[in-house]
Amino acid sequence: MMGATAKPAPSAAHSVLAALLEARTGQQIASHRAWRLDTELTPLLRARGLETLDELVAQFLSGHDGQVADRIVEALLNGETSFFRDAGTFDLIDQAIGGEGRVRLWSAGCATGQEPLSLAMMFAERPGSSAASMPEIVATDVSESALARARAGRYTQFEVQRGLPVRRLMHWFEGNDAEWTVSADLLRHVSYRRMNLVVDPAPAGQFDMVLCRNVLLYLAAPYKRTVFAKIAAALRPGGFLVLGAGETVIGQTGLFHPSARYRGLYERTAAPVERSRAA
Amino acid sequence: MKTCLVVDDSKVIRKVARHILETLEFTVSEAGDGREALDACMASPPDVILLDWNMPVMSGMDFLRALRESDVPTRPKVVFCTTENGMAYIRAAIEAGADEYVMKPFDRDTLESKLQIVGLA
Ligand SMILES: C[S@@+](CC[C@H](N)C(=O)[O-])C[C@H]1O[C@@H](n2cnc3c(N)ncnc32)[C@H](O)[C@@H]1O
Repeated sequence: MMGATAKPAPSAAHSVLAALLEARTGQQIASHRAWRLDTELTPLLRARGLETLDELVAQFLSGHDGQVADRIVEALLNGETSFFRDAGTFDLIDQAIGGEGRVRLWSAGCATGQEPLSLAMMFAERPGSSAASMPEIVATDVSESALARARAGRYTQFEVQRGLPVRRLMHWFEGNDAEWTVSADLLRHVSYRRMNLVVDPAPAGQFDMVLCRNVLLYLAAPYKRTVFAKIAAALRPGGFLVLGAGETVIGQTGLFHPSARYRGLYERTAAPVERSRAA
Repeated sequence: MKTCLVVDDSKVIRKVARHILETLEFTVSEAGDGREALDACMASPPDVILLDWNMPVMSGMDFLRALRESDVPTRPKVVFCTTENGMAYIRAAIEAGADEYVMKPFDRDTLESKLQIVGLA
């Protein structure tokens, strides 16, 4: 409590770092997070043998090291996630996605992979599920380091205990103590790709559902519109958008409206006029 | 209020667990071994039991088997909470009638998540 009033004003280094993150990803640093930049960058400082953020910013500004900017951006992206995050949402997805035909799902901003793997588990556990009935799950993120972890399918003891019922751990994972590895059989249903939602094209083809949860919250407004338009274009007619528990399309875009049938999901708004205007 | 019985021979662990559980709005009681826990359950069964594995007098496993065979009027949820972190232990616990499993060391997020999974948080 005592320290709360004594937060330091953002320094020049903070401003440069925040501007770098926004330029690369569209993400703005929430004011309640600004003072945590130091903590979030400590591992990077250590790895580079640096003492202060000013030294790190100097390395970046010197332009001699092309990798330092990538490392900074990855360290500042908020990759918070968990298996079956907001469990009720997964029940809703289960209801909304029927068994007919080959279903395609896109997890946009998948972080370390817990979200697409939760989808894969849910569909694999459906009665009568087979390799042929499994959906195709495309999972994208801007963070290479998050994707590297996702592709490896290895999770810490802490991660496998957040949101994951123990029976699912027993069924889908191997390991003990510190490290748990998801079954290759499950992992192969997810294809991971690097994609910056703001600047890169969406994965090819049409999707039955796009999950973009807890990604847009701190995205600067113009980029939000870009991303909503990209997602709308990637959805098949009648497809669904899933946002995070605290997020909504209301007041953000005219491209989607709350689904009447599945409260909490969003559907593409049909009117093409509306679409071009908001995009 | 929901009730939780914390069964652990370590006073420190009981204290940490109590603290977290109270912030999650549980009424907490404690037992230092399986025998004490069984007596407590006979007297008034809690909604959920947080159960250590290795304890003197009566181990967590022996307690769990005794509990599931007893005529305790309700079926308290049992969440194992132990340093036995291998898959073989987890399987054994679930087969013996545990509902969930927490690997130590644990934190608030883990405990809250597991209690949500058994329908209590
Ligand atoms: C808080 S995590 C959410 C993960 C998961 N969707 C969930 O809800 O649990 C947000 C993720 O979005 C990614 N992200 C942020 N900006 C992005 C952008 N412009 N393009 C692609 N991914 C981005 C971050 O790297 C991070 O992994």
